[in-house]
Amino acid sequence: MAQISADEVRHLADLARIDLSDAELEHLAPQLSVILDSVASISEVASDDVPPTSHPLPLTNVFREDVVTPSLTPEEALSGAPDAQEQRFAVPRILGDEQ
Amino acid sequence: MSDWTRRTAAELADALADGSTTSVELTRAHLDRISAVDGPIHAFLHVDAEGALAQAEASDARRAAGTPASALDGVPIAVKDVLATKGLPTTCGSRILEGWVPPYDATVVARLREAGLPILGKTNMDEFAMGSSTEHSAYGPTRNPWDHDRIPGGSGGGSAAAVASFEAPLAIGTDTGGSIRQPGAVTGTVGVKPTYGAVSRYGLVALANSLDQAGPVTRTVLDAALLQQVIGGHDPLDSTSTTEVLADPVEAARLGATGDLTGLRVGVVAELGGEGYQAGVRQRFDEGVELLRGAGAEVVEVSCPSFVHALAAYYLILPAEASSNLARFDAMRYGIRVMPEQDSPSAEDVMRATRDAGFGDEVKRRIILGTYALSSGYYDAYYGQAQKVRTLISRDFAAAFEQVDVLVSPTAPTTAFRLGEKLDDPVAMYLNDLATIPANLAGVPGISVPAGLAPEDGLPVGFQVLAPALADDRCYRVGAALEALLQQQWGGPQTPPE
Repeated sequence: MAQISADEVRHLADLARIDLSDAELEHLAPQLSVILDSVASISEVASDDVPPTSHPLPLTNVFREDVVTPSLTPEEALSGAPDAQEQRFAVPRILGDEQ
Repeated sequence: MSDWTRRTAAELADALADGSTTSVELTRAHLDRISAVDGPIHAFLHVDAEGALAQAEASDARRAAGTPASALDGVPIAVKDVLATKGLPTTCGSRILEGWVPPYDATVVARLREAGLPILGKTNMDEFAMGSSTEHSAYGPTRNPWDHDRIPGGSGGGSAAAVASFEAPLAIGTDTGGSIRQPGAVTGTVGVKPTYGAVSRYGLVALANSLDQAGPVTRTVLDAALLQQVIGGHDPLDSTSTTEVLADPVEAARLGATGDLTGLRVGVVAELGGEGYQAGVRQRFDEGVELLRGAGAEVVEVSCPSFVHALAAYYLILPAEASSNLARFDAMRYGIRVMPEQDSPSAEDVMRATRDAGFGDEVKRRIILGTYALSSGYYDAYYGQAQKVRTLISRDFAAAFEQVDVLVSPTAPTTAFRLGEKLDDPVAMYLNDLATIPANLAGVPGISVPAGLAPEDGLPVGFQVLAPALADDRCYRVGAALEALLQQQWGGPQTPPE
């Protein structure tokens, strides 16, 4: 049985930048354990010689000519932003106090 | 005949062409229908009456001038709220995008506009397309037109319910693990997941890039083919959209409708349809197989042993891709911004607070699961293994399609379940996608066609047809044949009680 503790869920949520409440942690941790348990069989299915598939198509890079084409105006690009100033996205401080 | 909402899109196109109606009349009829029935059904998150009527007027002007833009010019349509629509709200069923109005159109939407289809509005969905019941929408569930106490499937329950309840003749859905086909099955409508790359993903808010595919949601196979012709084809804005030209789906649907499948080889997938499938689903599926046999098809059983691992692979690959895709919702460039209760919060503090407030439970579950599957120490055991299983599933399809032209199965293991029944049991919810997921993992096309009502509950059952990549025409041909043969028996389409 794959187990995932509330502390592990807290750490993962931290990595994913989600501020979970204690109540959410208690609710989600057992559910995630059940989900992980249901997918755990996967680790024994394929042998080492099976190559992984990341995508259904054999992909290659696609290039276009380096020419200017019509695109969004700055106003359009910023139209959905919670805050904007001087044609820029305005964001809260990104450095800590000590930096 | 005044009730235009009961007609198929093909019939509406004919009526527009021979001058017996106008696009304004048709659009108004569907808007009236939405006003009359959408209260309890809640298929729409946003209705754009003004915009739709303006597009309808423009369509009528084109037709009066003798220059219709396409075969479906003037036929109204509904669009799943996961596709960007310029000037129209796009929420993906999430609080985090509440109030967002995109500054551009998805390519699918741009093609609908170019072809002259008035857009009635945006349809409800599970948040970011994560779910099989549309109960995970932040704006409340959609209800199944056959029984308002039951789910309409998901994630595209809004599109399927809109079409099933005659609120729209056509709709666009997206299918990452069955989100077009499973709602089609449980609402008695037609849903097509095209070959991966056959329809542009530009402007489709990504759930899992390697699995997502937009496609038609309709009441008939011919309508789906007509819609596929409008939305399909290469798009320079999507580097994964195929440059291959697919065989004409409309021709295939018309060929299928003759009911003759002589020489076609049909494989019944042994691994899809046994344990865990409702008896009535199995019964209607078996009857459908017999109809195909009667139409001249050669039916054999085919084994795809890796399919039993598809669900596990999918529920690692999808959360992994989704967890990185949804990182873009950072409260900086679009969507809501929630300020935490602290002095001078940093950008990261704001992100954490916004993502906690803006995402629902299922989205959080999958982001955390994906973060886990991709973290060092677990990557090889989970994500890496899931990618290998993906290879095995593709190999199973390749081997099967050496023996047969199409594969068939029930679309979903059960008919529509009750609202709330599986809401807090994620694994039970995931099992709905058992039969639809293999096609997404391998990138092959699939269609779900109504197969009748399950005897035990009187609810719709879906019949799935899968074909090799780029051979979407086979799905249309076999789907149209089954539809024609069943409707001969029924004396017309089966529709929900009024």
